[in-house]
Amino acid sequence: MTMHAEASPTPVPFVVNDAVRRKMKHEKIAKGIFATMIVLMLLPLIGILGYLVSQGAPLISWDFLTTNPAKGMTQGGIWSALLGTIWLVIVSLCISAPMGVMAAVYLNEYARDNWFTRIVNLAVVNLAGVPSIVHALFGMGAFVLFFDMGRGILAASLTLAVMTMPVVITSTREALGAVPMSFREACWNVGATKWQTIWKIVLPNSISGILTGVILEISRKAGETVPIMFTGAVFFKKIQEGDFFAYGLNDQCMALSMHLYTVTTQVNGAPRELPFAVATVLIVSIILINSTAIATRAWLRSRKKW
Amino acid sequence: MVSKIQVQNLRTWYGEKQVHHGISFHVEPNEIFGIIGPAQSGKTTLLRAINRTFEFTAGTRQEGVISVDGEDVKRVRDVYELRRKIGMVAPLPVGLPLSIYDNVAFAPRSAGMRNKGELDELVERCLTQAALWDEVKDRLDSLGTKLSGGQQQRLTIARALSHQPEILCLDEFSIAIDPVTTMRIEDVLKVLKKDMTIILVTNLVQQARRLAARTMFLWNGEIIECDKTEVIFGGKPADKRTHDYVNGIFG
Repeated sequence: MTMHAEASPTPVPFVVNDAVRRKMKHEKIAKGIFATMIVLMLLPLIGILGYLVSQGAPLISWDFLTTNPAKGMTQGGIWSALLGTIWLVIVSLCISAPMGVMAAVYLNEYARDNWFTRIVNLAVVNLAGVPSIVHALFGMGAFVLFFDMGRGILAASLTLAVMTMPVVITSTREALGAVPMSFREACWNVGATKWQTIWKIVLPNSISGILTGVILEISRKAGETVPIMFTGAVFFKKIQEGDFFAYGLNDQCMALSMHLYTVTTQVNGAPRELPFAVATVLIVSIILINSTAIATRAWLRSRKKW
Repeated sequence: MVSKIQVQNLRTWYGEKQVHHGISFHVEPNEIFGIIGPAQSGKTTLLRAINRTFEFTAGTRQEGVISVDGEDVKRVRDVYELRRKIGMVAPLPVGLPLSIYDNVAFAPRSAGMRNKGELDELVERCLTQAALWDEVKDRLDSLGTKLSGGQQQRLTIARALSHQPEILCLDEFSIAIDPVTTMRIEDVLKVLKKDMTIILVTNLVQQARRLAARTMFLWNGEIIECDKTEVIFGGKPADKRTHDYVNGIFG
């Protein structure tokens, strides 16, 4: 009996002592610091965007988008630059997206871990870190001069494709890697070939990640200036207004990013708002494209099957 | 009579780490062959070497000969045919992110079967054999990955049967299934034995005792003993370690 009485535990209330208070204070401070960082990061972003749009918006109209620049680029719109950027992005996407995705599928699904794949991996990672001016010079040397394409949309698009390929490869590999290995093994176990496994299981379940990478790549292409400056973009060009196919594949073209550079630094007498308007169009298009990426990913994720 | 599976002096490595230290055994046609042994003793790797999915893992190496129906698996030209000959059920259930129907129809379709009627019949037969048909027959279009763990495991068994294998390898199939379903599947295995050879890797030594004609005790990549199940469990196995293991006094 006495034994039993001794063993019964006395309830211990929750204690708030100095150590606990200190712990809670540290928690608050840490959270505060991290939250401040977010605000510090967002402030300039909102500031820049707000200033750009407030300055540029008044100039933007349907006419501004669909007429060529005029009078030494001090007046008129941005039609030839806008269309140039669109074509550069489309052509270069047609090259880099399929090549990048296929290369990633090979590296992730077929290649064994040997010296060759390691070199390829190293090359992909390093290619992503090469400055755009180097890509520009490579593009000029390889496509414009060596393959004798001349300066034009094709050469510029190829240069952009080479530049953004590592991004597609990396993001595609991440998407493929997110598909559980057990799915592949289950397929191999029932006698499916690697290709059947990739086509039926791996690709359908990684497509959201792959698409996101590809769409993000679009915004990178649209924003680059130096690579196209060396390989196909020009300061000024007049094209047929309202004709979506006004540029040929080997034509030199204008581009939004380059146009922004031109009107900011090379043109006298342009209205002060003009660069802001061009920048606004460029940034808003990029935000729209990126939003598509986010929406696509959200939609495809909601259909995720495991 | 040719053994269904003949393993001669098999050695395997993951990188520097050796798994099997030269094991040899054979499996007779239409027998249930039990493999018991603690974790890390090389049971799963052995199965993966037989259907040649072992080689998909980077840094693996293998010596010795594994023959199926008298043919060295390393020399088989159509490795996919070899894998279809062997049904493989992994310890953890893997429902492919496809409908229940497509999960089972995946293998026959990969092998080229297109006839809807034949596929329907095959899917029903395999799901019935895996004791799953009654639970899913009204929702064959829903996702296999949304089934419960135990149902997914039976789906995995149905998939392993879907390519009409001659050999069925079950790797600790009952880990994720309740005891009642386990018994139902064990009954199925006794029936399937008429049509195929079954390799039963199990952590439940009593399961091997219930089902297997012969049992092999694998430990640290070596065969401690391989004999008739009555001998292994009969109180007088040749090796004391076998006796200790099957009686749960291993340590």
